Amino acid sequence: MSEQKSSPVTQAPVQGLSLWMMARRRFLRNKAAMFSLFVLIAVAVFSFGGTWVYPHAYDQIFDSYVAIPPSLEPYPKEDTLHQVMQDAAEHGHVSLADFSVTGSTYTAKVTSDKAIDPRVTRYLDRPDEFDGAAIKETLDGGNSAIVTGTVNRQYFPFGTDRNGRDLMPRIMVGGQVSITVGILATLVSLVIGVVYGAVSGYIGGRTDNVMMRFVEILYSLPFMFFVIMLVVFFGRHFVLIFVAIGAIQWLDMARIVRGQTLSLKRREFVEAAHAMGLSNWQIIKRHVIPNTIGPVVVFVTVLVPQVILLESFLSFLGLGVQEPMTSWGTLIAEGTTGMQFVPWLLIYPSIFFVVTLFALNFVGDGLRDALDPKDR
Amino acid sequence: MTDNLLEIKGLHVRFGTPIGDVHAVKGIELSVAKGETLAIVGESGSGKSQTMMAMMGLLASNGRVEGSARFQGQELVGLPLKALNQVRGNKIAMIFQEPMTSLDPLYKIGKQLAEPMMYHRGLSAAEARKKAIELLELVQIPDPTRRVDSYPYELSGGQRQRVMIAMALANDPELLIADEPTTALDVTIQAQILELLADLKKRIGLAIIFISHDLNIVRRFSDRVAVMRLGEVVETGKVGEVFDNPQHPYTQMLLASEPTGRKAPVPDTAPILLEGSNVNVVFRMGGGFLGSKPSEIHAVNQVQIRLREGQTIGIVGESGSGKSTLGRALLRLNHGTGRIRFEDADISQASREAMREHRRHLQLVFQDPFGSLSPRMTAGEIVTEGLLVHEPQLTKADRDARAVQAFEEVGLDPNMRNRYPHEFSGGQRQRIAIARAIILKPKVVVLDEPTSALDRSVQKQIVELLRSLQRAHGLSYLFISHDLSVVRALSDYIIVMKSGKIVEEGSTEQIFDAPAMDYTRELMAAAFGH
Repeated sequence: MSEQKSSPVTQAPVQGLSLWMMARRRFLRNKAAMFSLFVLIAVAVFSFGGTWVYPHAYDQIFDSYVAIPPSLEPYPKEDTLHQVMQDAAEHGHVSLADFSVTGSTYTAKVTSDKAIDPRVTRYLDRPDEFDGAAIKETLDGGNSAIVTGTVNRQYFPFGTDRNGRDLMPRIMVGGQVSITVGILATLVSLVIGVVYGAVSGYIGGRTDNVMMRFVEILYSLPFMFFVIMLVVFFGRHFVLIFVAIGAIQWLDMARIVRGQTLSLKRREFVEAAHAMGLSNWQIIKRHVIPNTIGPVVVFVTVLVPQVILLESFLSFLGLGVQEPMTSWGTLIAEGTTGMQFVPWLLIYPSIFFVVTLFALNFVGDGLRDALDPKDR
Repeated sequence: MTDNLLEIKGLHVRFGTPIGDVHAVKGIELSVAKGETLAIVGESGSGKSQTMMAMMGLLASNGRVEGSARFQGQELVGLPLKALNQVRGNKIAMIFQEPMTSLDPLYKIGKQLAEPMMYHRGLSAAEARKKAIELLELVQIPDPTRRVDSYPYELSGGQRQRVMIAMALANDPELLIADEPTTALDVTIQAQILELLADLKKRIGLAIIFISHDLNIVRRFSDRVAVMRLGEVVETGKVGEVFDNPQHPYTQMLLASEPTGRKAPVPDTAPILLEGSNVNVVFRMGGGFLGSKPSEIHAVNQVQIRLREGQTIGIVGESGSGKSTLGRALLRLNHGTGRIRFEDADISQASREAMREHRRHLQLVFQDPFGSLSPRMTAGEIVTEGLLVHEPQLTKADRDARAVQAFEEVGLDPNMRNRYPHEFSGGQRQRIAIARAIILKPKVVVLDEPTSALDRSVQKQIVELLRSLQRAHGLSYLFISHDLSVVRALSDYIIVMKSGKIVEEGSTEQIFDAPAMDYTRELMAAAFGH
């Protein structure tokens, strides 16, 4: 139907350069911010992709490797194997006569006073270090046997915690939780805060007064009390963390957006829209909110690390995620308890946490420069 | 060594931007003799301010200077900051356009005047205060002993500009750079400030570089003039010579750019479109934290106005006279009271919804072509936005076609419709704002200072555009302006407002040729320099 109304213009219309495109260009040129963004993506890929690839589960317990320090060497170490095998043999009421390792297979000779029960291989498989024990041949009329099997080599690049769980997948899962909470809670507060603030600021007058007093009442509620109340009523739940944090953080957002709106309201293009007959909601949607996005985006980048910290705090108090689930905050809290003896439990999660927060802040800085170049 | 106070030779200013270097000043040559007033005129973007900024080492961080600027034989370009500070603010002083923002609102003006003197010259507090009072006297602020303890908000715009001048004079400079010092002021106050500057020049032998786009002022005020265009000086010479016998076509164009023509009045039989009787607008000021008591301001006081079809009523008056407020009250955009009739309907009590049908016929064009366009929408979206409300049945393609029409009508290239406002010049933006109003086929358009923020030559084009649109669509205009020459060119009836009241009204000839009231005469004198 647009056919008969086709414009007399033959040349294709020139595509404009929007403020967003300009901001993106400035951002892309900001090396620190781009590097930080790359780091953030790397951390996210590590956290979310890592659990698919990494062989150990975050809640898998390795009894043999409790609180071992991080190392790039595989466990078990060669020199400990003999001892482990000896212990395993004793459990099976046989004694170890000979033990040797070649490559990833071992050969052991076990002897006993009685005839060797083939089921002894189960005892030999029991430690995490060994697998696939099989009796190759029996000697001495059944009183001794040559057993072969594979040495189960495990890598723990970040070490294990004091329950014998590999730290690396735990950091991955913790990252998933922290990043998810950070983003979701921020989104919750973003949506509520922006709409609430824009409506309050734009309508103004008594409505604004009532809406802002409500915000102040919520502000005056002690946060911890509020969270404990939620936990008491609804029980511990992952979703509850978003709700609790989002419910508090949107207040700041609403205030920022309201302030922006108040100044935008006086701008002539808003008045022009009013003169054109646009309804309040149309004006808010088309003119107010898009123009508050700059400062809002910047605030969001501050908010995400803040939310991650809050979640850590809640988890630290035991109100957040529960074992065996974990988050960076929980991991750090656990790490602090034994930092003299098992410092890697503190160091590794902290590195991820700090790097992520740093990167978020740099990205936020870059975004601010990109969106408000005049601020500098 | 010449006897010139300041000599600029081959000065280049470049700004590094993401899209490449902008060559703002292209090797200009200028000189100022002792006690002389040099006016630099040019339209926005001609590099007149940047030349001065470059000389004073005040360029934005991405600016680079080349060439030479010698002040009393001393090279200023590339001078280390410490040595430069000895010169600027001391021997060369500057005053700027905005008297409202260049004083710190938290300090008394006496203190703001005295502090630099105590710092630079080591005066004691009492001496500095005495000197501050002398300076206020010099710039003719009434009752300086009392005013020295005022806060900036207690002073009017003109008085603040005087304080700024006093500040500039504090260290007995030899050269004063005045960058559009009167642009933000009302015409009558403008005239007083110029008189003051001329007087100071005579009394203390000050050399002045006067940067302005207003040719009227320049002609009255300066000895020599340099015309700048796109970073080049196209013509220099004695004021009389340049104005009477301009050599460069650009100068000729500038001089001829005063809007011309008159509008014939409409017959008395033309139907009344918009009528306001006893219009009042009262603003309540709810005691700000700077101590002002809650008070009522009667911005519009018992105004009667009657706009006929095809008529243009010019509303003139100084800032604060209530002319913009009246315009908005008639469109029901603020909380005015009184009876307002549009065609046959009384719209003074109409609800928002009821008002919506009328809105398309009552449009508004604003002064600031930068603030009145949403920065996040394309020009095409801005222009067609009203259609979303008033002709919701249109498809996207229809709206686009209408945008193309509207763009052509206001003389813009329709291919530019997907660009964003910041990619247009001031004049083009004002055309977009006009297109936005025109696309709805309105009957009444309130033009709130639509040409004030534009250069003279662009002003003239916009005036022509408004005129041709009026002819083509039989529009009625309410033209609000403080610029009498534009008002004269465009309106057939004039209302003069002061402090919310109508002082005088009548046909254009009547008001301009035989003003009855003193206030009107004062306005005329200040604007046309009789």
